[in-house]
Amino acid sequence: MSGYQKSHLKQLEAEAIHVIREVAAQFERPVLLFSGGKDSITMAHLARKAFFPSKIPFPLLHVDTGHNFKETIDFRDRYMEQIGARLIVRYVQDSIDQGRVTEETGPYASRNGLQTVTLLDALKEFNFEAALGGARRDEEKARAKERFFSHRDAFGQWDPKNQRPELWNLYNGLKLPGETFRVFPISNWTELDVWMYTRDEGIELPSLYFSHQRRVINRDGVLLGASEVVYPVGDELIEEKTVRFRTIGDMTNTGAVESPAADIHAIIEEVASARITERGARADDKRSEAAMEDRKKQGYF
Amino acid sequence: MTIELLRFTTAGSVDDGKSTLIGRMLYDTKSLFEDQIKSVEKTSKDRGDEYVDLALFTDGLRAEREQKITIDVAYRYFATPKRKFIIADTPGHIQYTRNMVTGASSAELAIIMIDARKGVLTQSRRHGFIASLLQIPHVVVAVNKMDLVDYDEATYRGIVEEFRTFASKLDVPSITYIPMSALAGDNVVFKSGKMPWFDGSPLLHHLETVNVGAARNLVDFRYPVQYVLRPNQNFRGYAGQVASGRISPGEEVVAFPSGLTSKVKAVVTMDGELNEAVSGDSVVLTLEDEIDISRGDMIVRQGNLPRKDNRIDATICWMDETPFDPKANYQLMHNTRLVRAIVTKLNYKIDVDTMKREETNNLALNEIGRVQLTTTQPLFFDTYNKNRHTGSFILIDMATNNTVAAGMIRGASREVDDLVEVTQENAEIRRQRTENVVWEAGALSLEERESLNGHEAAVLWFTGLSGSGKSTVAKILERKLFEMNAQTMFLDGDNLRHGLNGDLGFSAEDRAENIRRVSEVASLGFAHGNIVLASFISPYNRDRNYARGIVPEGKFIEIYAKCDIEILKERDPKGLYARALSGEIKNFTGISAPYEEPEDPEMVIETGSGTPEALADQIIQMLISKGIIED
Repeated sequence: MSGYQKSHLKQLEAEAIHVIREVAAQFERPVLLFSGGKDSITMAHLARKAFFPSKIPFPLLHVDTGHNFKETIDFRDRYMEQIGARLIVRYVQDSIDQGRVTEETGPYASRNGLQTVTLLDALKEFNFEAALGGARRDEEKARAKERFFSHRDAFGQWDPKNQRPELWNLYNGLKLPGETFRVFPISNWTELDVWMYTRDEGIELPSLYFSHQRRVINRDGVLLGASEVVYPVGDELIEEKTVRFRTIGDMTNTGAVESPAADIHAIIEEVASARITERGARADDKRSEAAMEDRKKQGYF
Repeated sequence: MTIELLRFTTAGSVDDGKSTLIGRMLYDTKSLFEDQIKSVEKTSKDRGDEYVDLALFTDGLRAEREQKITIDVAYRYFATPKRKFIIADTPGHIQYTRNMVTGASSAELAIIMIDARKGVLTQSRRHGFIASLLQIPHVVVAVNKMDLVDYDEATYRGIVEEFRTFASKLDVPSITYIPMSALAGDNVVFKSGKMPWFDGSPLLHHLETVNVGAARNLVDFRYPVQYVLRPNQNFRGYAGQVASGRISPGEEVVAFPSGLTSKVKAVVTMDGELNEAVSGDSVVLTLEDEIDISRGDMIVRQGNLPRKDNRIDATICWMDETPFDPKANYQLMHNTRLVRAIVTKLNYKIDVDTMKREETNNLALNEIGRVQLTTTQPLFFDTYNKNRHTGSFILIDMATNNTVAAGMIRGASREVDDLVEVTQENAEIRRQRTENVVWEAGALSLEERESLNGHEAAVLWFTGLSGSGKSTVAKILERKLFEMNAQTMFLDGDNLRHGLNGDLGFSAEDRAENIRRVSEVASLGFAHGNIVLASFISPYNRDRNYARGIVPEGKFIEIYAKCDIEILKERDPKGLYARALSGEIKNFTGISAPYEEPEDPEMVIETGSGTPEALADQIIQMLISKGIIED
C-alpha cells in the first residue's frame, strides 16, 4: 500500500484546501488576509487550487501600515492582477487621521499594534464573518494551541479557554450574530514546509526574501532596514550588508538576517540548518515573553 | 526522497514527564532554535531551577506556565530526514479526557507515559482505553523515569506485564513498550547504554519506521461533497476530500441521498487531471451526467455502499461544561452534512478508569456514554471501526453553537422491537447478555496468535440458496488458504447440524438459533486466530447481522453466493428442489421459505457463471486487499 503514501507536503496541501473550502461553504462573507509575505502568498495559491477552475470566491484584504516595504506593495499589485483576485486595501493612516488610534512617537515608534484596530474596523465595515490567515502554529508558543477555526467574540477577542474542540476533520463554523472566526489553513505547516512548498509549486515571492545589498541599522541585535521611518539613534550606525528577510512585516520591526542565500534552494538549505526562529528577528515579540498571547487576546492575528 | 507524515498524540499525567519527553525529542533532534533555548534557560534560572527545564519548550500559555501544567491540546512539529511529525500534546489528568479525545481523533499513534516508580496507574488505563475507543492503530507505552529506579529490568518487566494484561481487553492492534528516561535522554533519540537488557529501538527510531497510513481505509470509496463549482455553463464540479477508498475516471458512482447514478468523467486539479483520487486527496470530480448534487451529499461507488439510517447507535464523549441534556435538540455534523438530532436513549456511561458500565441519566464534561440518536434526515455512514471519517460526528449545541460532543458510530440503532418478530423470548435475553458480559481475556491475545500465524483472523460468511455453490467455493478456498500456511476453520450445515445443532429443525425460530450457535462458534474460532469459513444458507438478514455483530468490525466478511433460482432448479444435483416443489420438503428456502438477499455484503460471487476455482481466487485477492493475508 506504500504507493498510496503521499508526501507530507501533499498531505498538508490537501488539509489546507479542505479547510479553505469549508470556509467558503460555511460562511457567506469570508475574506483572505493578505500581507504580501510568503505565508499569505502561499495561502492565496492554495485558495486558487481549492476552487480551480473557478476563481477565488472571496476578496483579499490588505491592511497597509504605510510602513510597508515598497517591494511588498509592488509585488502585491502585480500578483493580484495576475490571479484576477479582488483586493481591498485599508490604511492604518486613515485610522490615525480618524482619531481611532494614536500613533506612537519617537524613533522606536511602530504601527504594528495599530493595525489591529484598522483590521477590526475593516472586518466590521464589510461585515466579514471569517478571515483566513496564514498564521502557523510553529511560529510562537501561544499559537501552538490555536485552532484551525478560531472563534472570536463580538469584540473580536480570542479567549484561549473558550475555544471549540476540533475533532477529525470536522470544523464547526456556526456562530451567533456579531461573532467572527479567524481561520488558519496552514496551521500544521512549519517555515521549512512553506519554503519547500513554494519551491515545489514554483510560487513567485517578493525580492525581499532573497539576498540583496541593503543599508541597515543594528538595533538590539535586530537588523532593521534604514528608511524614513527607521533612522539611527544615539551611537547607532547605518551599515551596508548582504541580507534577506525571513518574514515581511512592517519596516519598523521586521529584522533582516545576514545571508548570501539568493535563490530558493539556498534558502531552504539555510532554513533547514537555521539556529534562530523566524520570529526571533521580530522586535515586536521581544517586548515580553507572553507578548504574542497578549496581542492575540486583543484581536491581533 | 519523499518525507512521510506521522501524526501522534502524547498522553500522560502531570508528573509523568510528558512535556520533558517532547522537549527532549525537540532538543536531541536539533529542532529547537538558539533563541528558544536561551529564553527557556532564562525562565528556568529566574525560577531557581537547578537544570534547564525541557518541559518549558512546550508549555505554551502563561496560565499553565504559572501552574506548571498543560491545560489544552498543543501542537508541536519536528522533522527528521525521514519524517515530519505532528504531535498533539494533550494533558492527562482526569478533567481533560476531552482534550485527549481531541488529540487522538487525528492521531495514528499514541504515546502513553508511565512513571517507572509508580507503575500502571488508573490514568494509564484511561489513556489505553481512549486510544482503543478512538481506534488509534499504534500505541507506544513509554516507561519513563527509569533513571529513578536504577534502570532496573525487573521493574520494567513488571509494568509491561501489568499493562499487557490490561490491554488484552482493548481493541488496539499494536503496542510497543520502551523503557526510557526523558530527563537523561535514555532511549528517546539515542539508544541507552544503561539498559543493555532492552533489545528494542529507541523511541525516535520507532516513530520513524512505524507503518503510517494504517488508519486509512483504502477500500470503501466515500466522497462527501464540500462545495459545488460552476465557473461557467460547461463545467460543473464537485469539490471534496476523499474520505476513504479511491476512484478513477470511468467508474460508476451513485450520489446520496438522491440515489442518482452516473460515471466519473474526470478528477480535476489545478495541476492537471489525475488518473485516480485516493483517500485524503482534495480534488474536484466531474460526472458524465448532469445530476443534482449539493454540499452534504455523498458520492460512492455503485458496488460498495455506505449504510443509511436515521437511527444511530453511538458512543459519545461529552466535551462541554453544561452537562448533556437527554431532552435537548442538537445539530449533528457528519462529514459535510448538518442535521438535527435528538437523543432517544442514553444506555449507560462508561467509567473510563475501570471500563465498567454504569446506569445514568446524564453525562457531564469528560464523560463517555453510549446513546441512541434519531436524526431529522438519514445519515449515510459506516461504523467508526471500519471508517474513521464516515463513522464520526460532532454534536453542536443549538443555543451556543459550541461543539459539545464527539461521536463514534457503532451502527444503526436497534430496538428490542426490531427483533421481537424473530424470537420473542430470545431477543431480550440476547440483548442483556451482549450488554452485560465483560470479556475475560484468554491466556494468549489475538494479536499474539495473529503474529504467529502471519495473517489476521477473520470470519468469511458465505450465504446463498441451497445448491448455489457456497460450500464448493468455500472448500476450494480453504484448500488454497491451507497451502498458503493459513490457519482455517470450516463450518457448514453438514458438520454442525449433525452434532451441536442436532436438536434444531427448519422453522424460522430454529433457523435463528442454528445461526446463533454457528455465529458463536465462528466467533470463538476467530478469537483463536483462525480464518473461519462459515457456509450457511442463512436466509434472514437479521440472523446474519447477529453474526456480524459479535465479530469486530471489518473482520466479518459477508460473501453472497448469487445464483438465479431457475438455474438451481434445473441443476438440482441432490433432487432437493424437486422434492420441495412437490411439497415433500417443507420450509425450503427459495421455494416455500423466503431468502432475503444481503443488503450490503462485502462481496458478491456469481456462482451461476464463474468457476469455483476462479471465484476462490477472487476471494483471495479481496483478502489480500483488506490486509487479512499477505500476497
